[in-house]
Amino acid sequence: MSSFTGTVRLARLALRRDRIRLAIWVGGTSLIGYALAESVAGLYPDEQTRLGYAETAVTSVVARAFNGPIAGTDLGAVVVTETYLTLALLAALLSTFAVVRHTRQNEETGRAELLGAAAIGRYALLTAALVVVVGANVLAAALLAVAFAGAGLPIAGSVAAAAAIGGVGVAFTGVAAVTAQLSVTSRGANALAAAAVGVAFLLRAAGDVLGEREIDGVRLESAWPTWLSPLGWGTQVGAFAAERWWVLALPVALLVVGVAVAYSLAERRDVGAGLLAARRGPARAASGLLSPTGLSWRLQRGALAGWAVAVAVLGLSMGVAGHEVDAMIAENPAAAEAIAQLGGGSELVDAYLAAMLGLFALTIGAYVVQALLRIRADESDGILEPLLATAVSRTRWLGTQVLGAVFGASALMLLAGVTTGLGYGLATGDPVAWTVELGWAGLLRLPALLVVAGVVTALFGAVPRWSVALSWTALIAFLLLGQLGAVLDLPQAALNLSPYSHVPSVPAVDVTVLPLVALTAVAAALLATGLLTFRRRDTPT
Amino acid sequence: MSVISIENLVKTFGGVRALDGLDLRVEQGEVHGFLGPNGSGKSTTIRILLGLLRRDSGQVRILDGDPWRDAVALHRRLAYVPGDVNLWPNLSGGEAIDLFGALRGGLDQGRRDELLRRFDLDPTKKCRTYSKGNRQKVAIVAAFASDVELYVLDEPTSGLDPLMEAVFQEEVRNLTGAGASVLLSSHVLAEVEALCDRVSIIREGRVVESGSLSELRHLARTTVTVETARPVTGLAELPGVHEVRPVDGRVRLEVEPEHLDRLLGHLVRFEVRALTSAPPTLEELFLRHYGDSADNGRSALAGGAR
Repeated sequence: MSSFTGTVRLARLALRRDRIRLAIWVGGTSLIGYALAESVAGLYPDEQTRLGYAETAVTSVVARAFNGPIAGTDLGAVVVTETYLTLALLAALLSTFAVVRHTRQNEETGRAELLGAAAIGRYALLTAALVVVVGANVLAAALLAVAFAGAGLPIAGSVAAAAAIGGVGVAFTGVAAVTAQLSVTSRGANALAAAAVGVAFLLRAAGDVLGEREIDGVRLESAWPTWLSPLGWGTQVGAFAAERWWVLALPVALLVVGVAVAYSLAERRDVGAGLLAARRGPARAASGLLSPTGLSWRLQRGALAGWAVAVAVLGLSMGVAGHEVDAMIAENPAAAEAIAQLGGGSELVDAYLAAMLGLFALTIGAYVVQALLRIRADESDGILEPLLATAVSRTRWLGTQVLGAVFGASALMLLAGVTTGLGYGLATGDPVAWTVELGWAGLLRLPALLVVAGVVTALFGAVPRWSVALSWTALIAFLLLGQLGAVLDLPQAALNLSPYSHVPSVPAVDVTVLPLVALTAVAAALLATGLLTFRRRDTPT
Repeated sequence: MSVISIENLVKTFGGVRALDGLDLRVEQGEVHGFLGPNGSGKSTTIRILLGLLRRDSGQVRILDGDPWRDAVALHRRLAYVPGDVNLWPNLSGGEAIDLFGALRGGLDQGRRDELLRRFDLDPTKKCRTYSKGNRQKVAIVAAFASDVELYVLDEPTSGLDPLMEAVFQEEVRNLTGAGASVLLSSHVLAEVEALCDRVSIIREGRVVESGSLSELRHLARTTVTVETARPVTGLAELPGVHEVRPVDGRVRLEVEPEHLDRLLGHLVRFEVRALTSAPPTLEELFLRHYGDSADNGRSALAGGAR
């Protein structure tokens, strides 16, 4: 019996477990790629606008940091620059989660022990996971190439661009294979791999910011840190210009090295054990933990800190980029129109800043939903029952959770406004005034987030078993109504269903008080409904 | 005084009648065993007592309060150990114990440390790394270190090893020694036999038998095996004697406890050489009520139990 016995069976098991996830991943990537390609083609239809875009892409520090270098002025090159970050991050994270799901998670739950007792080789579990995930990346890249070509882009470039993105997934498959051996928990393995993605992003951003503009025109010669980053390799393929196919060997090499390291680590450790020891905690609780508020803070603070860092980085970058808005879209009426539609008002910069705050409010809505749904997870996991069997009333317990989520949302919204204002103020002068103005503008979006909190709470109280699915559905509906409603020419009555349609788009338009009061009242009614229904119901798992 | 009194309790889930007129009474200072097969309604009863589920009808009093309306005030005076303990994965065991204690209204630090030592539990490990038995210990330590009047234990020792089971039994005796009352739902019949003053057997949402172990034994037949010099005759005519069978030259029979004396008087006339008399075990009592619902499983269960 070899170390690989049973690999095919386990791979089929993994495919069966993940048939829906994988289908969404593979199909979704190409759909997103097609949609983005189409919309970019609409915004930059001719050589003139694309030259303008490329000029900004190579001069703007923010554009360099986020989008990386642009390969040329062909439409395909613009599409790649605009879509690469989204698709590459998706490929990296989806690959990571899939590898960990089929390796470390199996060990953590004890399933690997059951499997290991059967006629299964030592490397079979890991190999099956790698086969499935690499296969998914290859398939997703193939469909993405078809999607790009289907959007009217040249075949060779489409293949190179899709392969560059698939390569990112393959590279991080190798990284996750190693982190799954290191950490005892799947959470830990995912966190390590996600941290690797973060480091890769920073290395590439640093390399591209430090890069030099080539004398012949718009091209950017990235500095050495880019070459250390699997996310950077994809940008160096140069799709739709002078393709450098050999760069695609780098992610494959990383996969091979990662897999070799993972096999040798697997050889050295016991099933279920890791190489990083599980960390210990305090033997006694700090007094700050010993209340519903303290517990809620303890459980949320990690997520809140992560959100705060992301919001601050994005806010500063968006703010600094605001300085370049005028230049960036002066020659591009299509982009200007898109921004005006999102932000409202007549001043382009104000519209841009308002649109950014609107996007922050929607994104932070996801924080609210996730923070509040934790209580439903606790209920179905059986953690809530022993808690409610202590001297804590249901009203106090749920109220604490809602207050915690609202506090987090307020802090994040304020942070979003302040960092955007600071970034814009630093770039244009007068940072204090802009920080105050946009910080205030950020807080004015809060009533919409209160309504989101109210919706989740009411769903949790009234229909606990459906609350997870319905809460996310509601948030996605708000997103679609807010961001696409105007574009799709939906009737105003439909747009009015979203609380985000009612918060004043400050600083693009003036503050109006009535909608804020009305939204707060609706939120209060929803929260009361949630508290009352939760008090009167059983606690189903 | 009763610490728990339930009369005619009914709870339905959809069309299923989980509790169908249940009666239960737990007196002050006693350990009350709550026995029943899986799905018979033990946990549902306990959840109603804790105010986690609403009753459909019936009277329920716990510590002289209404479990639903007075939940918070009552929960300061009782502690609960669930049968399947789930904890926050990123808190340490010590933190979880302190948290439960604080939310209940205080914890005796000295007791806490003593219990940690007795149950051999490392409080610095994260909850996600605990085995099932160790998660169970976290809940037991958190409950037993609280100074309360009533302990509600729902299959608390599932997952504990025999050594810890012995520690658990000792600690329960300490609690009742200090005047507390205990409702102990359990599958471990040896544990119930060792600890409980009175037991209630529940089946399909009703209590079918309730009383002290000796009272329950009194209701069931004693098994007598006897070896005599001359063959015994006339057993069939005696009142209260059943299932007479010859076994390897001896006779085995079952007799109702109140007719034991008459039987012995009859037997001595045949020169008794050896005689054993076994009162029914709790297992047999339990299986008697268990049995009817699963006729085929009954003999297999009874056979396996001996």
